[in-house]
Amino acid sequence: MIPEFGHLALVLALCFSLAQTFVPMWGVRQQSAVLMNVSVPLVLMAFLLTLVSFIFLEISFLRDDFSLVYAANNSNSLLPWYYKFSAVWGAHEGSMLLWALVLVGWSLAVALFSGNLPLEVRAIVLSVQGALAVGFLLFIIFTSNPFDRMLPFPAADGADLNPLLQDFGLIVHPPLLYMGYVGLSVAFSFAVAALILGRLDAEWARWLRPWINTAWAFLTGGIALGSWWAYYELGWGGWWFWDPVENASLMPWLLGTALVHSLAVSEKRNMFKRWTLLLALFAFSLSLLGAFLVRSGVLTSVHAFASDPERGVFILVFLSIVIGSSLLLYGLRMKDLEASPGFEPVSRETALLINNVLFVLMCAVVLLGTLYPLVIDMFGLGSVSVGPPYFNLFAAIIFIPLLLAMAPGQILRWKRDQLSRIKPTSLLSLAISLTGALLLGFLLPPEFSVVLTAGAFLGLWVVTHGLIDLRKQIKNADGFFAGLKRLSLSYWGMQLGHLGVTVCVVGITFSVALSDSRDARLAPGDTYDLNGYHFELVEYRQVRGPNYVADEAFVAVTKNGRPVTEVFPQKRRYAASDQVMTEAGISGNLWRDLYVSMGEPLGGGAWSVRIYVKPFVRWIWYGAMLTALGALLAVADKRYRRRGVTSTSGATL
Amino acid sequence: MFMKAISATLLLLSSLNSLAVIDAHEFSSEEIRERYEALIEELRCPKCQNQNLAGSDSAVAEDLRREVFILLEDGHSDQEIRTYMRDRYGDFILYDPPVEGKTLLVWVIPLAMFLLGLLVIFFVVRAATRNAAKNIADDFESEDDEFFAGEDENR
Amino acid sequence: MKKLLVFLPLILFIMVASFFFYALQVRKERPVSELASALIDRPFPEFELQTLEGQMINRNALVTGEVTLVNVWGSWCIACRAEHPYLQELAESGVRIVGINYKDPKESAIEWLNRFGDIAEFHIVDRDGRLGINLGVYGAPETYLIDSQGYIRYKKVGIVDDYEWAKIKPVYERLVKQSEAVDSGA
Repeated sequence: MIPEFGHLALVLALCFSLAQTFVPMWGVRQQSAVLMNVSVPLVLMAFLLTLVSFIFLEISFLRDDFSLVYAANNSNSLLPWYYKFSAVWGAHEGSMLLWALVLVGWSLAVALFSGNLPLEVRAIVLSVQGALAVGFLLFIIFTSNPFDRMLPFPAADGADLNPLLQDFGLIVHPPLLYMGYVGLSVAFSFAVAALILGRLDAEWARWLRPWINTAWAFLTGGIALGSWWAYYELGWGGWWFWDPVENASLMPWLLGTALVHSLAVSEKRNMFKRWTLLLALFAFSLSLLGAFLVRSGVLTSVHAFASDPERGVFILVFLSIVIGSSLLLYGLRMKDLEASPGFEPVSRETALLINNVLFVLMCAVVLLGTLYPLVIDMFGLGSVSVGPPYFNLFAAIIFIPLLLAMAPGQILRWKRDQLSRIKPTSLLSLAISLTGALLLGFLLPPEFSVVLTAGAFLGLWVVTHGLIDLRKQIKNADGFFAGLKRLSLSYWGMQLGHLGVTVCVVGITFSVALSDSRDARLAPGDTYDLNGYHFELVEYRQVRGPNYVADEAFVAVTKNGRPVTEVFPQKRRYAASDQVMTEAGISGNLWRDLYVSMGEPLGGGAWSVRIYVKPFVRWIWYGAMLTALGALLAVADKRYRRRGVTSTSGATL
Repeated sequence: MFMKAISATLLLLSSLNSLAVIDAHEFSSEEIRERYEALIEELRCPKCQNQNLAGSDSAVAEDLRREVFILLEDGHSDQEIRTYMRDRYGDFILYDPPVEGKTLLVWVIPLAMFLLGLLVIFFVVRAATRNAAKNIADDFESEDDEFFAGEDENR
Repeated sequence: MKKLLVFLPLILFIMVASFFFYALQVRKERPVSELASALIDRPFPEFELQTLEGQMINRNALVTGEVTLVNVWGSWCIACRAEHPYLQELAESGVRIVGINYKDPKESAIEWLNRFGDIAEFHIVDRDGRLGINLGVYGAPETYLIDSQGYIRYKKVGIVDDYEWAKIKPVYERLVKQSEAVDSGA
């Protein structure tokens, strides 16, 4: 009965979402506070019902109810409970339900934390959120229902969760990612509200800011987590492949980053409003497009959820309605903006303009590269591939100027600044960065590395600019700590965010330049030396896990005779699906990862083994986490959440 | 003990089906090894769902890796090896799209977009500078606006 | 002009969305993308390999002035079993078939043929798959159509059945006509 109740709850959630779509909007039309306010209880009901539905699906999985088609396809009785829990979102139907839950969750958050919003704005935002929820719930109920049963002959046991997914990564990556993806819908809704109400001003930007920063923080974290998961799970040391599914998550992130920055100009100088509005619309549009690409079967990818053109049509229709109507609204409602106060060539605005353009360019290149093979294929022109060499090249072309501009850009004044004012800082920074980079470039790697030098230069460039500016900021205060306290959380958020990106870039360049890997044939007792580390294959043995058996290698690592660590890579065979999977043995700290993965048995008690030493690779994900943290710090800045921020500007579009 | 031996043997035998990505090639030089590692990442597995030769454990990927090894040891250049593969499997096998033919546009379009971006920056900054020169009053309507802009004071 | 500029995002989106609708239609008809062959209209590669009978042959044994169906198969390939009866029909109707035994131990191949019947004129043993690489093979079954001069004119990845043959037949007949014209011309 539980699945049926879950299904019922979902249908009821749909009903409330329908009401949530129409009633507040009607309330705006009628200028009725009551109708507009009823959006809050409606959202609450929609959320609770979706949550109940989700919980019932979880219960079905945890109870091994294999009369449920979805459970039979994706779970198994031998699966540990925490993997049964996350198996719910391990495939298409369940992950769509998670998506819907996160969507109504964000709607609820807007309903609860919007005390400073005018009634109309909140009503429209919730109404748009409701419309989105309706679309997703319809999609789930009619084409991707996780509550379908296979009666009267339930499966004896489930087909098991794909072994690659039986991992901590599955427990955290999708929820975090969806929080980001779906959170961008709030920005979208605010943009629609601005268009409908004809109000696009600095205050609108300030309302939007905490929401977009939070969603973007989650998206940053989610993508980073996905990258780290791929790194340790797939066994070949890679962490980003520019796969269509990865690109589908990166594109909203790129536009989201541009949006976060464009908002700063909109809220402080009441400019770039068209940019901000369009970015808000397009960021979520790309989230939807990403969902379409991943689930419709138009693109080939190892990560693709579903290859179902039927479902693809539904998503595409939904996506077209949502995006098409928002862009139509934009065309109809966007009038000429009144002349803006302007800015001069040397100003923070220019830097942020460059930022906007570069991020949009990168997004466009990723979109082009991802879709190009599909276009060629669809027009019968043959088969081509666009892969990592292409994307990496453009990433470098875009991000190097970006970081170069970011460092001085973040210390420039608004509206009008002089080059002469920042010249001393930049020159000093240049000197330090160049020297430091060259030193590192010659000393760290075995032979001079351009990549490492470039990364080191960018790192030092950003850090020195930041530190020099920080020093200036606190110089005027009565003491060091007083000075620090005076700086706003926004400022710290910005510094941390930029520092995070820089750490990430350093991680990428340094690990690419300094990593090494070797394949070896190792029998018990054999050793191998790599980059100063001494790997000894102590023994091979059999181990048994909750739902698998494995051949495990015990590898002891020493350096200069002193023990460093032990790793235990495995080659597992899962009982239910009979699939074989490699689990790498990794030991990592801030400075390096030691990574061993097993190949196959070669006879004579030996296995082929791959050994990696990867310095600085964790900096990639630590950096991303710092950036996400920076965004959250900025959200915490109380000035943006103060109640009763006046809305006196009759500023129209 | 006996059962353990049986299951160990079975495990070993069956895992032979999953051809490993780790091949045991004996390279004649470090330079060739590095070129090999780079090439097998650049070449796509014709059969797989978007994997390079380095990451795929399918039979054809293993054969192609061996082919790359043979060609390298025979003294062919990287470009010759790419052409060799492309002659047999088409553009599909190159993850780095050639700057010609069917994939020319994928290089030309970004170039055009970059130029467009530069133009956008140029024109926007120029218009903004003109506006600034007109000295239109800054639209500070409430204390908040001034407060936010005030972060600049200490710079 | 400015008026239209505001609708530019919408116009761009409509173009992209239309493309995707089209792509979905195509995808519904063609569930799996075949890798287009790079060897169409190019000569069948040179080789020097044994037949299953142990005879050493080269390309001249294959290119004899007759339009030929070259079928890549292996005893390990389950789909090849499904395809085999249809190939038998084709052979009986007069199509010249030559097999490439791809990455297969000789004994397994011979045993397979004894079990399911041999319909080919002969089979080229490509034990290590190097001929396959020269042909752009990436699995089995795959089928090539070569004309009387030895040029590859068609490639099919996957099983050849009624539906597939309906597409190949016109090409086959055209090539046969061409070879007859060449014969009578010479």
